[in-house]
Amino acid sequence: MMRFLILFSLLLTFVVPVHAGIEVHKFTTPEQEARFKKLTEELRCLVCQNQNLADSTAPLAKQLREDAYEMIRNGKSDKEVIDFMVQRYGDFVLYSPPLKPTTYVLWIGPFVLLLLAVIILQLIIRRSRNKTVTIDNNEFEKARKLLAGEDEK
Amino acid sequence: MNRYVIPIAIFAVLVVLLGVGLTINPRNVPSPFIGKPAPHFDLISMDFPDQRMTPQKLLGRPWVLNVFASWCPTCGDEVPQVSELSRHVLIIGLNKEDEEAKAKAWLQQHGNPYAMILPDKDGKVSIDWGVYAVPETFIIDKKGIVRYKYLGAIPDQELRNKILPLIQELMAEPA
Repeated sequence: MMRFLILFSLLLTFVVPVHAGIEVHKFTTPEQEARFKKLTEELRCLVCQNQNLADSTAPLAKQLREDAYEMIRNGKSDKEVIDFMVQRYGDFVLYSPPLKPTTYVLWIGPFVLLLLAVIILQLIIRRSRNKTVTIDNNEFEKARKLLAGEDEK
Repeated sequence: MNRYVIPIAIFAVLVVLLGVGLTINPRNVPSPFIGKPAPHFDLISMDFPDQRMTPQKLLGRPWVLNVFASWCPTCGDEVPQVSELSRHVLIIGLNKEDEEAKAKAWLQQHGNPYAMILPDKDGKVSIDWGVYAVPETFIIDKKGIVRYKYLGAIPDQELRNKILPLIQELMAEPA
């Protein structure tokens, strides 16, 4: 039992460095913390482009998190934090890009495509409805026999 | 025959779009600084500790800001291109989050193409310039406007076809 306890306490020493790696951000109000979380989730890390600032472990993301943290603590608004990032890294840092002439295609494009698809679908349906089927007498006779079950014999 | 034309055409368009999408470099993010004034900095030169450098002091001449670090392997690769460029224009080296001794050893090893080296110890100036990878190269015109940015080591082709002609153009512009 004693040996187990010693082993266990030795194992505990391995735990410490893991905790040291976690960033601690202290906020004065829970509202600030919520804003920090939301902002870092909405901003893209440019080094690892498919991650947001909140998840990324890249040094740049860490530094930008610190900047966002400082700004929020100093009472800056969400817009000021976002402007700080966009001014330096462009619209690309935003996961949801703003609506402006260069992004019209991005925002409206899918709806235009959907509309086109609906129009084409309707055209196809209408055309197939209007199709009149012409059957000559021979075929008609054949079909009649099939239905009566006379064909097999 | 006719009924296959449209699906094949749509398929071809999709293939082309996909091909273009795959060959675009996702790291080539357009810099928001192009056409805007160079972000401010005020740093003490590494090689001349009694001198401070700001973008204002460089007004009236085109110049290049090249961000480098001794910990960045790609930076060594572009030294020949940066040296070539330094024969045509003034280059300021921004030494990003580095130690002075390491930076100096690196310059000894690779050669020093910079007219002046500015240490950006905490990386704040780099963030103000929107730097997110090293090396990065900015070209600033006589009026202090950022005109060009390249991300990564400058290839020979880019240097000959784009950068050097642009430097020539900027030299000819009125101050």
